[in-house]
Amino acid sequence: MPVNPELPGRTLPPAPAYLVGREKVREFARAVLAEHPLHHDVEAAQAAGYADVVAPPTFAVVVQESALAQLLAEPDAGIDFSRVVHGDQRFRFSRAIVAGDLLTAQLTVVSVKSLGGHSMVTADTVVTDAQGEHVVTATSTLVVRGDDE
Amino acid sequence: MSTPDFAALTVGQVVAERTVHFDRGNLVRYAGASGDFNPIHYRDDVAASVGLPGVLAHGMLTMGVAVQPVVDWVGDAGRIFDYQVRFTRPVVVDPQQGADLVIAAKVGAIDEQAQTARIDLDVRFEGDTVLGKAQVQVRFAD
Repeated sequence: MPVNPELPGRTLPPAPAYLVGREKVREFARAVLAEHPLHHDVEAAQAAGYADVVAPPTFAVVVQESALAQLLAEPDAGIDFSRVVHGDQRFRFSRAIVAGDLLTAQLTVVSVKSLGGHSMVTADTVVTDAQGEHVVTATSTLVVRGDDE
Repeated sequence: MSTPDFAALTVGQVVAERTVHFDRGNLVRYAGASGDFNPIHYRDDVAASVGLPGVLAHGMLTMGVAVQPVVDWVGDAGRIFDYQVRFTRPVVVDPQQGADLVIAAKVGAIDEQAQTARIDLDVRFEGDTVLGKAQVQVRFAD
């Protein structure tokens, strides 16, 4: 089944809220070799003006993931996950994510393009905090490889 | 922790360089931390069955690691307001040898008005770049 060309403009319901845990931030920071004290040391983070430890920039992908999973699960999307390759990724922040944030991710499909037998699906996931303020927009392009690959 | 002097930046200046070694343990750790359990990142048989040259590092692991020299240079991840990459080449992580990523960050553009700088990342595995258009936008104004 090809990727549904009618997807662009579709906005999915918000994903279940994600509570950012302090140990999860530290665990993710260790995994991406982020050794800066603001990711691990609460006192250092607070001295720098943050409420708690600061997540590394790409931690936003963890919050985006539930929204992308919703897209892949859309019955008419036509996106075969076994053929999906991550094409590109961008994060545009209003502020850093910190431990204690209660975040909501909501995905909108931006475009579906065909290129050499592949489909490129670009989606924006807007992440907001408990006050409804914008935190980060995560944009992913998924390359769905064609049948002949 | 002091922020680098914005006025002293020049386009083309290398602000950070680092070589990072990955082994399979790093991939398992990232899988757990991120929730991305795609087996191509830890199982040779699955990687081979879909035609890959070996177990690959998660693209998001490479993206996540590549920005760390910039974070350490700027001293506060919260000053990064935009970070983008294109995944152009896979990083194959050998079960014994692992893989080395060679990262260089240099000033790509300076916006005097906004007090921001674009830092461009050059990230290589076995001599080839693995990330395209890898750009980090950093805010210097308080």
